[in-house]
Amino acid sequence: MIVVKSSPKSLVAARTSVHSRTSPRQQLTLVPFFEAVRLALATIRVQKLKSFFTALGVCIGVMFLIAVVSIVDGMGRYMENDLVGKLIALNSFELRSRPNINIGDVDRATGLEYARRPRILESDVPAVAAALPEGTLWSMSSDAGLKVESPYSRPRSASITAMDGDYFQIKKMGVTSGRLFTPGEMTSGASVVVLGPDLVARLFPTVDALGRQVKIGGKLYTVVGIGESLGSAFGMSFDNYVYAPFRSPIHRLLNREAHAIDVMAIQAPTPEALTDVQEKVRAVMRARHQLRPSQKDNFSLQTADTALDFWNKIKQYLVLAGIALPAVGLVVGAIVIMNIRLVAVAERTHEIGIRKALGAKRRDILAQFMIEASTLSTFGAILGIAAGAALAFIIRTTTPMPTYVAPWSIVVGVLIGAGVGIISGVYPASRASLLDPVAALRQE
Amino acid sequence: MSNNTEEAPLSTTAERHAVVGAAGTAPGKDWVIVTREIKREYDMGGEIVRALRGVNLAVRRNEYVAIMGPSGSGKSTLMNLIGCLDTPNAGEYWLNGQMVSTMKDDDLARVRNKEIGFVFQTFNLLPRASALHNVELPLVYAGISSGERKQRANEALEAVGLGNRVHHRPNELSGGQRQRVAIARALVNRPSILLADEPTGNLDSSTSEEIMKVFESLAESGQTVIMVTHEPDIAAHARRVVVLRDGLIASDDRREKFAEKLGGGAH
Repeated sequence: MIVVKSSPKSLVAARTSVHSRTSPRQQLTLVPFFEAVRLALATIRVQKLKSFFTALGVCIGVMFLIAVVSIVDGMGRYMENDLVGKLIALNSFELRSRPNINIGDVDRATGLEYARRPRILESDVPAVAAALPEGTLWSMSSDAGLKVESPYSRPRSASITAMDGDYFQIKKMGVTSGRLFTPGEMTSGASVVVLGPDLVARLFPTVDALGRQVKIGGKLYTVVGIGESLGSAFGMSFDNYVYAPFRSPIHRLLNREAHAIDVMAIQAPTPEALTDVQEKVRAVMRARHQLRPSQKDNFSLQTADTALDFWNKIKQYLVLAGIALPAVGLVVGAIVIMNIRLVAVAERTHEIGIRKALGAKRRDILAQFMIEASTLSTFGAILGIAAGAALAFIIRTTTPMPTYVAPWSIVVGVLIGAGVGIISGVYPASRASLLDPVAALRQE
Repeated sequence: MSNNTEEAPLSTTAERHAVVGAAGTAPGKDWVIVTREIKREYDMGGEIVRALRGVNLAVRRNEYVAIMGPSGSGKSTLMNLIGCLDTPNAGEYWLNGQMVSTMKDDDLARVRNKEIGFVFQTFNLLPRASALHNVELPLVYAGISSGERKQRANEALEAVGLGNRVHHRPNELSGGQRQRVAIARALVNRPSILLADEPTGNLDSSTSEEIMKVFESLAESGQTVIMVTHEPDIAAHARRVVVLRDGLIASDDRREKFAEKLGGGAH
């Protein structure tokens, strides 16, 4: 019946002189970290539902963080790189009568002042060009939305631009088939056009557009090239364009005032030279408009930065919202986690009692519950990042809203997620570590 | 059992003073447990319950002592104090040359880990952990490396005859086997005392006998064993029986004398 082998004796005999062991021991007995993580993972496996809800608390907060930040970031990149960047090229500015990108409100007084401004004239262009330093590119253009006709489709609206100078170079534009205008066509004002890909698809759905003719304002123009795609913004295509030489008959359709142009674009050779070039242009234009020193400019020099001013203003609010919204989610998550952790401590009181009886110190119990909480919340944060990135992807593919998941937001997401778990785990874990072993053992 | 007078129980104040020294002085090397007038009171909603009213107990190394008493006699309180799970309100408790009655929580945890091996009535194994992991636990808190832990835990399970059950969970083991796992766990860190609280309370009589044989053989091999029980026939396995009544030691006899009294029809 009895199966005691001789070994208990050897166990006891193996003991060294008992009394010698009573000297003070300052041995570090904190349970090693990896041991605690292993224990945490084992507990998570066993308590699946509770672990799931704990992780969910962090997951939702982090998901919102990632999604909102990706929207704000995506919009920002979009504004800076695509929208404004496409409208106004790098290192360049536009001389206009009045700014064409007015994202903010324009008050009545400003509106009236804009209306009184003189137009930029064709004759201003050589004077300005003469003042530009070497290596500076310039172009002039006028544009308007007009109907374009072809024999293969009904008339379509398009954005028509008549241009001269280094227009295509400044816009960094090329053709996907055919060619751009020759210098001869430019000087003679030939009736030739370069069409945008979207317009080509509409006007010539079944045949090759190259060499065929389109009719604009009752006059025929020959298609010599199909331009590169400029992309789209908020679902609005930029590829519905027609370019023609400035001196072609088309320019009469674009400006009611004779000899007026819409814009002179100027590209400085380097970013550093931009301000200098701007000041030179400003001086020439003020002289031509005979402005006294006390008078303000009655023309506009618009750079990408000035166009982005407004965006930068709303971005501040968006970033605030981007922080506030997920913060609410994370606070809710933290409360959920703290509750679940408190329940976990209450349920495991007996276990804590056993561990304490076997020699677990306060910090051992504290570490056990803290590591458990932070393992869970880091896990939740990683899930949240995946869910947030997925949400960002869904937004990007189903709405015109651009999103971009920045690497920094992933790092911040993990840190915040783990941090929330740790902070909300502190109180329950400290309650566990302070339990009285006798009372804890008594509880079943 | 020898009849050496040194093996005789000691509990009266005069004897204690003669052998284990006065208050405030460390007892001699032979004494693993010395309590001097320890008292423990509880505040139960304004009413003071005096669970222990001045207990003097001295246990020599290698002794096998049973602590008996009806419920409410203070034996659980005494066991909690001896086990360093609790501290007295007054008096001194020396365990293995260390004054533990004034220690703080973390020092008590260290002492429990090094000096005491617990065996509980309800086994108190972690239900979701294997027998091996349960036995490893005291070594984990002693900061012993994983490899050595595994080896020592395996040896301890082997020693209680469960070498082939190391990966079983408590619910896959019988009551007797669970208590053996608990005994292996209690011994794995080579404690000064094995402290058993009603170790057979949840076992049938034949399994109880089995467990008592384990205790017997441990005591024979030199392990100090303190066992708290309310069953006289279980207490009779010990070589010395201390009976508590109303928070004081009512009697402290060698087994033979205790059996004599029991036979005399005291109950």
